[in-house]
Amino acid sequence: MATFIGMPAFPEASARAVGDAQLRHNLRKATHTIRARRAAVVAEQPDWAGLRAAGAAIKDRTLRHLDVYLERLESAVTAAGGHVHWAEDAAEADRIVVDLVRATGETEVVKVKSMATQEIDLNAALAAAGIRAYETDLAELIVQLGDDLPSHILVPAIHRNRAEIREIFSGRMASWGRPAPEGLTDDPRALAEAARLHLRERFLRAKVGISGANFAVAETGTLVVLESEGNGRMCVTLPETLISVVGIEKIVPTWRDLEVFLQLLPRSSTGERMNPYTSMWTGATEGQEFHLVLVDNGRTSVLADRVGRQALRCIRCSACLNVCPVYERAGGHAYGSVYPGPIGAILTPQLRGLTGPLEESLPYASTLCGACYDVCPVAINIPEVLLDLRAKVVAGDHRAERLAMGAARRVLDHPKWLALAQRSVGRLRRWTPRHLPGPLSAWSDTREVPVPPRESFRDWWARRAGEEGGR
Amino acid sequence: MSSRDRILARVRAALADVPRTETPEDVEVPRAYDRSRSGPDVVELLIDRLVDYRAVVREVTDVVAAVADALARRGAHRVAAPAGVPAAWLGGVQAVRDDPALSAADLDALDGVVTGCAVAVAETGTIVLDCAEDQGRRALTLIPDYHLCVVRRDRIVRTVPEALTRLDPSRPQTWISGPSATSDIELDRVEGVHGPRTLEVLITPAL
Repeated sequence: MATFIGMPAFPEASARAVGDAQLRHNLRKATHTIRARRAAVVAEQPDWAGLRAAGAAIKDRTLRHLDVYLERLESAVTAAGGHVHWAEDAAEADRIVVDLVRATGETEVVKVKSMATQEIDLNAALAAAGIRAYETDLAELIVQLGDDLPSHILVPAIHRNRAEIREIFSGRMASWGRPAPEGLTDDPRALAEAARLHLRERFLRAKVGISGANFAVAETGTLVVLESEGNGRMCVTLPETLISVVGIEKIVPTWRDLEVFLQLLPRSSTGERMNPYTSMWTGATEGQEFHLVLVDNGRTSVLADRVGRQALRCIRCSACLNVCPVYERAGGHAYGSVYPGPIGAILTPQLRGLTGPLEESLPYASTLCGACYDVCPVAINIPEVLLDLRAKVVAGDHRAERLAMGAARRVLDHPKWLALAQRSVGRLRRWTPRHLPGPLSAWSDTREVPVPPRESFRDWWARRAGEEGGR
Repeated sequence: MSSRDRILARVRAALADVPRTETPEDVEVPRAYDRSRSGPDVVELLIDRLVDYRAVVREVTDVVAAVADALARRGAHRVAAPAGVPAAWLGGVQAVRDDPALSAADLDALDGVVTGCAVAVAETGTIVLDCAEDQGRRALTLIPDYHLCVVRRDRIVRTVPEALTRLDPSRPQTWISGPSATSDIELDRVEGVHGPRTLEVLITPAL
């Protein structure tokens, strides 16, 4: 089973991706298409700025009083006949879900695309317990059949083109269930039809469904899932048992607050006025058994950081991925987590801590252009969090950078030293190396070393003033 | 100490900077957005938006004739109907009432389903079902491949906020905006994956 565990740091992984011409073509087409769609439907919404400000404030209200809202949600869900479970980390969440499925006696579950269940690597845990999890979102199906990893929050198979998908369906569907039709073409219509046929029977006889949730309303205990294909409706409606795995930050305080998010999310995410299907249910519905698993898994650490906390406002729309010049070239896998792109660059290091080379490299996976902040429907200031994380990385280790910055500060503090330093490098410009030696090589590995100017600005200014004065 | 207690304790520790006297309502939420709006006629707007999703939509006056006509054109001979759909709507067709509840396999074998709706949102082209008598349980409008939805003019609102105020959160809801669709393959939109592949809407006069 494919995994994000042991992924290399961002520079190595992205260098590989940038060399893949097919991948770059697929990504460019997809990100440009979707960002144009988003821009069009956002432009027609006259009160977008007001919605965005309200969205950010509602999430801040939730986060600043998360304990209150978690308890409120728990009692509302329980009052409506649901069962609430709490998981401190991925392992505990997996254990809870495995036990719940085992209690039903079933060995198969159908799943609707959910970031939380990917984050906790639930499918692997279920497989280890002898339970087969069937992904039912078309893109997730492509990823699962191809033993691949998701590379985008909204369209996880964005890195695959139609010909590759046809290959995967023809070659792999048979080992998971109903085989692909004979003579399957790479027409998206035919591929979608193949997925429909492949999953139809599975939906109709599924006894256990597993979902995430886009929103959980504390006041009423209502869970909300937005989707397009109808696989989500199948998974949350038909099975006798429904298990929803939800991060503790997915809460909105009141029913009324949905009026903001049901406008912000579809337009930001798929670039539609509204997504084809949204399911809302409160507790045990239509005779179903309902379990809500609330997952921390690092979220309380993010919450403790006063700058980084805003990352928990995220509603997983993926607009920031689609406008990011780095994502467009590097693709999703280079980010080494289920959360790629700008939001991943601030979320992954915070959820996991700055614990390894990948996590430490992610805050640098950005040009700080700020396009992500502009499109974010809940106004997460991603560049601000990136800079804050960079400061933490430097304070933590990066000795060379710290020494260099220390030296720079001393030189910049003293105009005479600065003039001397500038003149020296100017004279030595012919011998500028392509690569810097020792620890400085970390900097020149990914950049060309600039050739210093013949004359510094300060010297030029002084000379020019002298010449003018003499005239 | 349970995981629940440990998580709540960690949340409280993480929020040490929040003043103890602050209540959730102290965090101001600016509501500088429109709850309602003026603009083109809501019926025209709804039709425009539904057509954009490639739903079939018509404004009709005689519901009975329109339902019979729609089903005939579709070639839907046996259709499901929730218990509360008026018998008059189904005058000309063989309707299978979901009473007792039909199995998933039964529903899969039918040609379509006819329902009413709770609310329709013109700006987003959305039909909301809340499992009332004329809409039935959720599976009913999910498994059959063709959904014919009758929308009374007085059920149409313009904006999403207006729709939410009309709805009761304790009822299960399905918000439907066009037929099932996917853009997962090279972002080409394909209508019709797992949900009904054809959505037809009849807009009728208010009662």
